[in-house]
Amino acid sequence: MKEILDALQESFGDRVTVSEALGQTVVQLPAAEIVSVITFLKSQGFNMLIDITAVDRLGREPRFDVIYHLYHLEHKTWLRLKVQVGGDEPSVPSIAHVFASANWAERECYDMFGVRFRGHPDMKRILMPDDWNGHPLRKDYPLTGLDPLPPLVHE
Amino acid sequence: MAGVEDRPILFASMKKLAQWAQSGSLWPAQFGLACCAIEMMATAASRFDLSRFGAEVMRASPRQADVMIVAGRVCQKMAPIVRELYDQMPEPKWVIAMGACASVGGVFNNYAVVQGVDRVVPVDVYVPGCPPTPEGLLEAVMQLQKKIRMGGRPMAPEMPSPEEVART
Amino acid sequence: MAEIETTFGQVDPETGLKPMVINLGPQHPSTHGVLRVRLALDGEQVRACEPIIGYLHTGIEKNCEDLTFNQAITLTDRMDYLSPITNNFGYVLGVEKLLGVEVPKRCQYIRVMFAELSRIASHLVWLGTSAMDMGAMSPFFYTMQQREQILDLIEMSAGTRMNPSYFRVGGLLNDLPPGFEEKLRAFLDGFPRWLQEYYNLLDRNPIWLERLKGTAPITAEQALDFGWTGPLLRACGVPRDLRKTNPYSSYEDFEFEVPIETDGDVYARYHVRMREMQESLKIVRQAIDHLPEGEWHVPGWKIYPPNKAEIGRNMEALIYHFKLFTEGIRVPAGEVYSAVEGPKGEIGYFIVSDGSGKPYRVRVRGPSFYNLQALPTLVQDKILADVVAAIGSIDIVLGEVDR
Repeated sequence: MKEILDALQESFGDRVTVSEALGQTVVQLPAAEIVSVITFLKSQGFNMLIDITAVDRLGREPRFDVIYHLYHLEHKTWLRLKVQVGGDEPSVPSIAHVFASANWAERECYDMFGVRFRGHPDMKRILMPDDWNGHPLRKDYPLTGLDPLPPLVHE
Repeated sequence: MAGVEDRPILFASMKKLAQWAQSGSLWPAQFGLACCAIEMMATAASRFDLSRFGAEVMRASPRQADVMIVAGRVCQKMAPIVRELYDQMPEPKWVIAMGACASVGGVFNNYAVVQGVDRVVPVDVYVPGCPPTPEGLLEAVMQLQKKIRMGGRPMAPEMPSPEEVART
Repeated sequence: MAEIETTFGQVDPETGLKPMVINLGPQHPSTHGVLRVRLALDGEQVRACEPIIGYLHTGIEKNCEDLTFNQAITLTDRMDYLSPITNNFGYVLGVEKLLGVEVPKRCQYIRVMFAELSRIASHLVWLGTSAMDMGAMSPFFYTMQQREQILDLIEMSAGTRMNPSYFRVGGLLNDLPPGFEEKLRAFLDGFPRWLQEYYNLLDRNPIWLERLKGTAPITAEQALDFGWTGPLLRACGVPRDLRKTNPYSSYEDFEFEVPIETDGDVYARYHVRMREMQESLKIVRQAIDHLPEGEWHVPGWKIYPPNKAEIGRNMEALIYHFKLFTEGIRVPAGEVYSAVEGPKGEIGYFIVSDGSGKPYRVRVRGPSFYNLQALPTLVQDKILADVVAAIGSIDIVLGEVDR
């Protein structure tokens, strides 16, 4: 595990920062590097993309953390990658061509947070209806939604 | 009609007879949404055996069903489909809102869940619980049977008059 | 899925025919809930397939942010509602990791016991319903009967049959009730005979074999690429089981095997799950045989609330109790990923705390969400009837796919 992280540090220099919290390894990197870092890690044996998600840090700029979890089958360990994105139209390069499992995960992330994934083959909503207003998991989206309740049906 | 009173014959109004027959053979639409659907399956399965109450014929098509058991939370994307399924069911038809979510939205007071299926279709019986036990659903079926026997909903829709048919 | 959009409804240049587009679901008896699958058919053959999800999107992740750490457990129940207890498991382990506490051995063993019982319960529902998809009605009645025994055990200790929220942060709802052990042992003694009965019903049934063998195969590389976990991945020959590879909650104390098949088809998945039930039975038996005595929750009142009798006697206990239930447990700020091996695969929780009594963000990695993604690959150029077999073998729970 340590060799892989050292090699990662070696090839990407100070663009990536490796840290550890609660016994879990976290790699911070800029959005532009995500495809090359993921491709590199995949070649080093991190051959499962477990999950992609985001965290809305409202009030901070850049506002969103996009979180990737990878798993190494031989070392039996997870690795968390963290990318910060912000701006009015936050976007990250898509990794759907590296891992097939990224396809729906990125769509969900877009649906819930409004973070776009550039180069994704089919960037549209997945869980909410296509004409839905807003991105529900953003912190400034109210829990009960933006639209009022419909009336009761009687017969 | 002389001598009829000596023979084993019962008199009933056609309406009462139809209501009695309808209440004894409810055909639920096989239509599960979430957790409650598993309890609905358990109700239909070996231990609780819904067929004791004549309501075990789960139909996959709404066209052949007359009671819709809304088992689980109705979400925003699903709500129009629930309404469509309800509209496809032939009259007379009844709706059981099974569980807290279908009744009032349950623990999910949020953007995604319709706060009670009665905002989409009219409901006859509400079953509390999250999920309700199979006994709870059985009780709801019995309440519905009672309601039908008491004439709670029209036995059959009013037939349109020939003039009305001609107009459409 | 750009290429699918062009396939749907487009004229085949060779035959000059248009594929027929049909909708399977969202209300369909064989989609196990409210899954919708759009299929482009050429006769019986599937030319394109697109699963459409979101019909059961419940907003659980958003709702968790509005509840205290202990209250959010109730929502985790309602995702994979076939085995709510394994959902609780991953979540409470994550929060405990953030808190930096470990529960006593007795609690760990009881957790393992219930997790394995609910794994059996989940596999039983899968067996019954997927056999029903294949046209075999009677296994359903057999499996539901045994599932009721497990639900009775859960009801005894948690008070409710489904969605029990039995695991709490720092412990359990309560200790095992009196009479539990005898009832559990009666189930453990009786179940192997029933498992054999299921084999007898299905494993020599020519229709069952014909429909399952060689259907919807996938290679190990493809499976890893799609992020498959759990029995599905093990049916492709990859021995990844978090209970062995990354043991949690004292799984390293138990002796069990991880069933592996190499064919990667529906039949292999069926066999892996059947053998998993046997192994789970072994684990439950070991847990009850070697159940340690002692406490079943963490000491102190800062995480696990004081009991009722104590509140009546002690003013301080009352204050702690009040604070725990109004403000919630104070969880130190931080981020953690915690995963357990659920019946469908890796259930992962990414929990972010900002130091208050409510989680800042709870992300749930539902295994079915990733498993379902491979459906188009599984059924490409197969016949329509195989789609139903493939969906059944993935063992999806829509509550977990859509959350």
